[in-house]
Amino acid sequence: MRPNIRPGRIAVHIALVLYTILAIGPIALILINAFKTRRAIFSDPLGFPDARTFTTIGFDQVFTKSDFGLYFVNSLTVTVVSLGLIILIGAMAAWALTEYRFRGNTIIALYMAIGIMVPIRLGSVSILRMMVELNLVNTLTALVLVYVAQGLPLAILILGEFIQQIPRDLRDAARCDGVSEYRIFASIILPLITPAIATVAVFTMVPIWNDLWFPLILAPGDGKQTVTLGVQQFIGQYVTDWNAVLASLTLAIAPILVLYLLFSRYLVRGLTAGAVK
Amino acid sequence: MSDITASGVQPAESVSVRSRFPVHVAVFLAPALAIYTLFSIYPLIDTIRLSFYTGDESGARHFAGLANFYTLLTDPAWSGHFWNALRNNLVFFAVHMVVQNAIGLGLAMLLSLPRLTGGSVYRTLLFLPTMLSVVIIGFIWQLMLNPLWGIAEKILSAVGLGSFFGPWLGQETTALITISLISVWQFVGIPMMLIYAALLNIPDDLLDAAIVDGAGPFSVFWFVRLPLILPTLGVVSILTFVANFNAFDLIYAIKGALAGPNFSTDILGTFFYRTFFGYQLQVGSPTMGATVATAMLIIILLGVLIYLFGVQRRLQRHTF
Repeated sequence: MRPNIRPGRIAVHIALVLYTILAIGPIALILINAFKTRRAIFSDPLGFPDARTFTTIGFDQVFTKSDFGLYFVNSLTVTVVSLGLIILIGAMAAWALTEYRFRGNTIIALYMAIGIMVPIRLGSVSILRMMVELNLVNTLTALVLVYVAQGLPLAILILGEFIQQIPRDLRDAARCDGVSEYRIFASIILPLITPAIATVAVFTMVPIWNDLWFPLILAPGDGKQTVTLGVQQFIGQYVTDWNAVLASLTLAIAPILVLYLLFSRYLVRGLTAGAVK
Repeated sequence: MSDITASGVQPAESVSVRSRFPVHVAVFLAPALAIYTLFSIYPLIDTIRLSFYTGDESGARHFAGLANFYTLLTDPAWSGHFWNALRNNLVFFAVHMVVQNAIGLGLAMLLSLPRLTGGSVYRTLLFLPTMLSVVIIGFIWQLMLNPLWGIAEKILSAVGLGSFFGPWLGQETTALITISLISVWQFVGIPMMLIYAALLNIPDDLLDAAIVDGAGPFSVFWFVRLPLILPTLGVVSILTFVANFNAFDLIYAIKGALAGPNFSTDILGTFFYRTFFGYQLQVGSPTMGATVATAMLIIILLGVLIYLFGVQRRLQRHTF
């Protein structure tokens, strides 16, 4: 502790603490009240659950009345498969666009960049039509395809910038030894881009997990709902059952919360990439 | 794809691969180009194409030129909703620009103070809401502001503002602003982080030089730091613009597709959804849906173009 604590600093901390309370207070309230009886939720919303007021009735309701476990597996499958494909396919394209000079390089790079600014959501009318024709409605495949298309442009940009920073010596040395371009990519470049995956993950994984639009349009039923859509449908149905509503929200928050607190350092670093060294 | 393989590598341009015929370039690019073209670019172009057609009862489509746009902008059954949604969307965006970016800038300034104790803890916690689903955030605030639960009223009373409380989400006059502020509350982490990163990138020498020259904290901010982070503010603005004019989830979660009360929270995203899928007795129309989507696309492209040619070019980028 530094002895010279200035009053200015105390004011700064007061401001930051107050805003932090505003930022996480509502989330904390939901988590706390999910474990309380209905009576306690209304009589003492700010209190922690104690022996008298503790209950998990809301969670029991969610698990008996909805397929929450299934939704969770759906979300996980879609997110992990999409992210894996985005990173692999995106790294291949980023590598091609940054490493090789060929005619059309700039045009292809610009073409890929369109997707950063133009939301794919606006093509939903045609996407749905296509998925109907391909017989992919109410499948997770439809979601994965759309999310990969949506995530690729930004991933290529981020991975491209990262690949540029990899020293040239490595690949040049490999080329002198006659190693094929495919092997250079697979055994030198891919292992080296692992740190960039955290950054790509921030920008692609979270929007995929949280998305409501495409699950609502492409896979709203047949047990293919994601957590976000499942919770939305569940709450729409049991809106007056406060225990169930709070429990379903808690179940939706918890996995993200745990992952975020575990990996926040990487996520924050990814966001402020280059600044915090 | 074929023109890449056919054109070959031009020796003068080639840096790393000299005399090799770049089949591997095509192989590396093919999967990304294929998926991206099929499921992103093609649907967008097809949507634009579809906006020039009308469908009849038998399901056949006829080319109709700009008739759909004419209907959207002038037919009383459509235009009222469209202009209303556009106006609400502009309000939604304005609230974000003013409140979200101001708070984000303020927090970033505080967080970038040298030797701030607990800085990373604050950053982590302040960014937390941004990570959660918009739908979840919508429901959380719906509960928080629910007069039945009364928790917002209770907290406001504790700080002496109890009389100020009202059913904000339910009133026509306040619902849109309330929803905008909920969205601001969630996404303030993004400008905060981006501006924070930009502030850290300013070399200390520059700030020291200004201080040595006799600049006070206000002048340092106004004349040194603010000009240097203007490009970041530009990026934040265009990201906000695109996200806002494409927003849907929050309003659908809180208010449903009808964006009540009396369409007072209807923005282009919810209007698009209703047009495409229909609601209550109204049957959805793919061609009118495509028309609304194309209108949104034009608005977003206009915003991006204004940013690229009007804003970004004027803002000098500083690299150190």
